[in-house]
Amino acid sequence: MMKFLKRFYLGIIMVFLYIPIVVLIVQSFNAGESRAKWEGFSLRWYGELLRDERILNALYITVSIAVLAMIISTVLGTLAAIGIHAMKKRPQALMMTMTNLPNTMPDIVTGISLMLLFLFTQVDRGYVTMLLAHITFDTPYVILSVLPKLKQMNRHTYEAALDLGATPMYALFHVIIPQCKQGIITGAMLAFTLSLDDFTISYFTTSPLVQNLSTLIYSATRTGIDPTLNALSALMFIALLVLLLIVNRRTAEDSAH
Amino acid sequence: MISSVALPWWAMVCMGAGLAAFIAMLVISIKRNHGVKRSLFASPYALWMIIFTVLPVILISYYAFTDSNGAFTLDNFKNFWDSHYEANKVIAAEAERLGVDYSQYIVRGTVNVDTLVYSLWMAFQCTVICLLLGYPAALFMADRKMKLGSTLVVLFIIPMWMNFLLRTIAWMSLLEDSGLINSFLRWLGFDSVQLMYTSGTVLLGMVYNFLPFMVFPIYTVLNKMDYRLSEAAADLGCNSWQTLYKVTMPLSIPGVISGITMVFMPSVTTFFIPRILGGSYTMMFGDLIESKFLTEGNWNAGSALSLIMMLLILVSLSILRKADPNGEGGGIA
Repeated sequence: MMKFLKRFYLGIIMVFLYIPIVVLIVQSFNAGESRAKWEGFSLRWYGELLRDERILNALYITVSIAVLAMIISTVLGTLAAIGIHAMKKRPQALMMTMTNLPNTMPDIVTGISLMLLFLFTQVDRGYVTMLLAHITFDTPYVILSVLPKLKQMNRHTYEAALDLGATPMYALFHVIIPQCKQGIITGAMLAFTLSLDDFTISYFTTSPLVQNLSTLIYSATRTGIDPTLNALSALMFIALLVLLLIVNRRTAEDSAH
Repeated sequence: MISSVALPWWAMVCMGAGLAAFIAMLVISIKRNHGVKRSLFASPYALWMIIFTVLPVILISYYAFTDSNGAFTLDNFKNFWDSHYEANKVIAAEAERLGVDYSQYIVRGTVNVDTLVYSLWMAFQCTVICLLLGYPAALFMADRKMKLGSTLVVLFIIPMWMNFLLRTIAWMSLLEDSGLINSFLRWLGFDSVQLMYTSGTVLLGMVYNFLPFMVFPIYTVLNKMDYRLSEAAADLGCNSWQTLYKVTMPLSIPGVISGITMVFMPSVTTFFIPRILGGSYTMMFGDLIESKFLTEGNWNAGSALSLIMMLLILVSLSILRKADPNGEGGGIA
């Protein structure tokens, strides 16, 4: 009985979480333009998606910024985590305060403070500024994922590598980095997801001419949401789901061997 | 597509000098240590954070304490406390010139403070609801008898891959007058209900968006908890409620605190959710900050509001940290 109640409760929560997603996907197959009325099944919006220059451009900006921000922040963050780990107590505490600062700052304040920076230094807001902003909020998350792995690591393995004649660089790439690989991957995935879904910070650090999907959707809310956007997000959602299944299958196979 | 980067000459000089100093430091220390010192790996990041986090915060503070001419002033904060501040100043001066005692007629404008209080109240409600909904969910998922626990966690993450603006807008198609719920009610023969543009709708949207942030940290802590402790409690005669109340709950406090932080903070400052689901009837503090910057173009007033927001968050975080001094709740990953 208790077990049934528990499952029932979790089921209700899941329904709550998935209702809007189901609604979105159903709407993307609606032949009509109305959000409320079902006018028959059609792939019309998927066809229009391929012809919509503005949305494809926003998609390109979103994905390219997410990928670039992920790569740069993963390199920057992993190096930083290794550095912070090797620091003495006081500089380490200082660096950790700096790393935690963006997490404790509300998104809107981060966005606005970066906007002020770009306005103050008279840098035109656009693609580059948005990328810089994304790297800025991604990197602390990478550090926070890599640091615990470094702390778990046995420090003698590094010393052993040096004793056996490895240069510090060689030891770094062949001893330290392989051991915190899992943390680096988690951090990179976190960075990618955060960057893909960000609205607030992008909104303040880009110009209306360079829009990612979030800011495009936001500006579309004033004129009415186009079902094409629903079609696109349904596609992206399914793509990520498939990706997850593949990754899961591969890790399952790896652990089976 | 890529915007041109036009820096003024002095910014170029500053950045060049900084970069040169940084490289010089690096070279010197490499020479001294006959190799790269590992702590120096953090230096690119340190430089990055100084430019893109510390400097912007300094800029916000600068704008908050100056007027549009750049002179030091506290007017921005007085304007926050009394939105009629400027007008009241004029009235007071005029009254003094005419020699009348006008002070009892001066009314303080409370719009800004009211908005802040309203936002805090909404965020508080959202946090409580998320805790009440999320704690049992996390508890059931961490149950050792629940084989699907880790799959369920993934099911909590997946919705977050769909753009959150679109997900929020999807609620609109459920709740609006011509939406699914009201159509269903009409079909059943009831009158339609006003579901959109109320503070309840905004609350729903906030709970919907932030619930996973309450569930994850609690789940992580409960999952790591030594299950033998609750078995021991049962062996020593606790019934399952007593075990929950006396063993599991106290041990999960770090997760709860981390969850509270992760829900409360974004919900105080959200400005998209109230704008979509609350229409123009509800205004939250995030809205106010955004409109000060982008609608009114008043950076000084906006910076003052941002600074107040930041201080508020820092104070509440430090109070929460006291309750979890070891920071065991580690919210992410």
